[in-house]
Amino acid sequence: MPQNARRSERFVSREQRELRRELLVSPYPELGLVAMDGPNDPDPSLVVEDGRVVEIDGRREPDFDVIDHFIARYGIDVDAAAEAEVLTDEEIARRLVDVDCPRDQLVRLSRGLTPARLARVASRLDPVETMFALKKLRARRAPANQAHVTNLKDNPALLAADAAEAAARGFAEVETTVGVSRYAPLNAIAILVGAQTGRPGVMTQCAVEERRNLDLAIRGLVTYAETLSVYGTEPVFVDGDDTPWSKAFLGSAYASRGVKIRFTSGGGSEALMGRSLGYSMLYLEARCLAAVRAAGSQGVQNGSISCVALALAVPGGTREILAENMIAAWLDLEVASGNDAIASHSEIRKTAKLMGQFLPGTDFVTSGYSVMPRYDNMFGGGNYDADDLEEWMTVQRDWQVDAGIEPAAEADVVAVRERAARAIQAVFEGLGLPAVTDAEIEAATYGSTSRDLPDRDRGADAEAADGLLAAGTTSADVVRALDERGFTEVAEAIVGMQRQRVSADYLQTAAVIDAEGTVHSAVNDPNLYAGPGTGYRLDGARWELLQSLPYVVDPRKLLEEAAAGEPVVVEAGEAAVSERADEVVVAVGPAFGDALRATINGLSHADVLAALCDGIRAGGAEPRLVRVRRSSDVAFVGHDGALLSGSGIALGLQSKGTAVIHRSDLQTLDNLELFGMSPLYSLDSYRAMGQNAAGYALGHAVGPVPTMMDNYARAKLIVKTTLLHARETAAIVPGAPAVELRLTG
Amino acid sequence: MRFDPNTDYPLGQKRPDLVSTPGGHSLGEVTLEAVRDGRIGPDDLRATPETLRRQSAIALAAGRRPLAENLARAAELASVPADSILEIYTALRPHRSSAEELEEWARRLETEWAAPLTAAFVREARDVYAKRGLLAAERAQV
Repeated sequence: MPQNARRSERFVSREQRELRRELLVSPYPELGLVAMDGPNDPDPSLVVEDGRVVEIDGRREPDFDVIDHFIARYGIDVDAAAEAEVLTDEEIARRLVDVDCPRDQLVRLSRGLTPARLARVASRLDPVETMFALKKLRARRAPANQAHVTNLKDNPALLAADAAEAAARGFAEVETTVGVSRYAPLNAIAILVGAQTGRPGVMTQCAVEERRNLDLAIRGLVTYAETLSVYGTEPVFVDGDDTPWSKAFLGSAYASRGVKIRFTSGGGSEALMGRSLGYSMLYLEARCLAAVRAAGSQGVQNGSISCVALALAVPGGTREILAENMIAAWLDLEVASGNDAIASHSEIRKTAKLMGQFLPGTDFVTSGYSVMPRYDNMFGGGNYDADDLEEWMTVQRDWQVDAGIEPAAEADVVAVRERAARAIQAVFEGLGLPAVTDAEIEAATYGSTSRDLPDRDRGADAEAADGLLAAGTTSADVVRALDERGFTEVAEAIVGMQRQRVSADYLQTAAVIDAEGTVHSAVNDPNLYAGPGTGYRLDGARWELLQSLPYVVDPRKLLEEAAAGEPVVVEAGEAAVSERADEVVVAVGPAFGDALRATINGLSHADVLAALCDGIRAGGAEPRLVRVRRSSDVAFVGHDGALLSGSGIALGLQSKGTAVIHRSDLQTLDNLELFGMSPLYSLDSYRAMGQNAAGYALGHAVGPVPTMMDNYARAKLIVKTTLLHARETAAIVPGAPAVELRLTG
Repeated sequence: MRFDPNTDYPLGQKRPDLVSTPGGHSLGEVTLEAVRDGRIGPDDLRATPETLRRQSAIALAAGRRPLAENLARAAELASVPADSILEIYTALRPHRSSAEELEEWARRLETEWAAPLTAAFVREARDVYAKRGLLAAERAQV
């Protein structure tokens, strides 16, 4: 665009949209700003000599970096490699979308593929194929979801209330973190108590530094962690102060303390940290995933995660993220598929991206849905938050897809929030921590964000947290505090979680725990999808639950409202053709003023008729009322009226308020003026229609009544329209002649 | 009845007889009453090395070798004190340890804690770190 050129108002308007706050860039492979199929990505290769991997993706063993060494040692199954060697990329890609090729076979094959080969095969699939592969490859039978629970004040009552609501809404895991790291034990206790109040069996984690985290685990205050980050290049891995060996060791250490572990990786992180070495996001993520599997992690949190906006800045970014999730599932890892960090300012774009995981279903559709408003999300998350819950649940209902969030009635949510806040009050008292006040409980129960909570003495809390650690406080103390103060059920639930730690069943792939304490993992509840009618389908009681949203109404009730009141017209014999040249027939539909009493806009039929008659008389003509009984279609109602009218002009009117001015010599589906925007009409509108009809009857020059438009009217009112029209249609008497009407009263 | 990794999962439900706490209590004894009375203490509320080894066997039976190896290392680490675990983790971070220091940890894992799998894992790290310049002595040259 040349400087000073006149701008198009439409281009200027679009520049104001939310989307344009973001920077989209063309690929820059040297900096890793390329989604997949990067020009510098190596050609896949795998050489095995004497059962030993000596070349991966063009690199010979002496040139292996630390990640190659790790994958070569633990991440390649040489038997599967031999099997994969004879297949082309296309053949493997076809198997990924072949319902007759079982997941087991694909998982075995994946163990013989190098990172470059995984990425290359993934790039053979288009978005829908990738979604299908992901659906097929998910580890656990049923999808689930994870919640984020944090607040800017680290308020324990609010944390407990939010964790309880998350649990009551069906989240299988709840994750918190801290503003001040010394708070870690308090926050961990708050969400443990809250979650077990909301639903027994929900797993919890507190994302803090490893030493603190391990300590919380040993005390039985957390049950899982996903803080173990890995990267796809050696320099970034080392900059992150780890190696695959140190991370894998840490994973084993957590497992030794009964903590379920998933690693974290995601496309774009290497570019962001300045050491992509010129490789594409997907290739580097494939390296991460191969290392994660090699480390023996049961799962991974991936899909660009906190770098999502960087992936979305380059062409194919959304597709790349989906491909990452698919490769992780293919490698038999549990997948918590991102959608937590804010992906875009644009609601359209954000949700378009979400569908890649939402529709196939992943083990955790988000790796943190913010159950509180974004304001209180301390993960830099809140891609979807408390305010979006109804949209999320409605989209589940629209697609008949289970994305892990259940509806809950307001009264139930308020009750569970209060119970959790009271439970944490009891625990704080029992453990000798600074008191949680009734004012905090009330604000946590009914408030929106931590702004609504009274401030606590943060210094005293932090000191008490230190004291709690020094005193060796564990989950057993939490249990006793609850039990002594009458919170027996919550105490039982926390003991239940300790029993889970003893049996350690939740260390298996993709484990979640149901309210009865049964562990569901890829071992005992695997995804066995093999085509239509198999695998997990949202149906039965679960589908009933997910479609019964609190704001869904019974359409029968709506009809009862429309029929309230006394009839406004009486029928007075068959209508005849009139000779009167100054007459306008007002022809109403079969249910008008009888089975139905008001328009869709809530105007009573008596008032509408009075306004029409006023208008007709003001225009110098005389109204005559008839009811057309043989049709509910406004064109037929109007035209039948016109055939009876002495002037040949009639005003047809449906019960819902749609009107037409018709003339006897026109084709039925033609008209003089049609008023189809019934939700917008006032009594003045009907008066103006009457006056115009009179003008046509008397042969005056008539300007049309100004048209009104509301393009949302249909979305808003189409259900009511359908109901009202159905009632009108039900009142039809086939073949019956029109009848004269008189207003009652 | 013998343990069968193919059919006995979840252990807590199908084979509670095989699961006990570090203090020798059965899974069924882990109740609110027991915690209330102090019969079950915090040290009882965790998996034993034996349980972790069984979970490792279950993972292997399900075809997940790396997960099984991870859980086998976890079984070994269950009896290593937390402070030592964090020291070993730190030692495995890049540029923290010399080859000798890592070898010393491997030796202690073997002799003090009967953790041969983890010891081998640490030695493997030592060899690769030497090749990749990730040992402490080489820090200055990086």
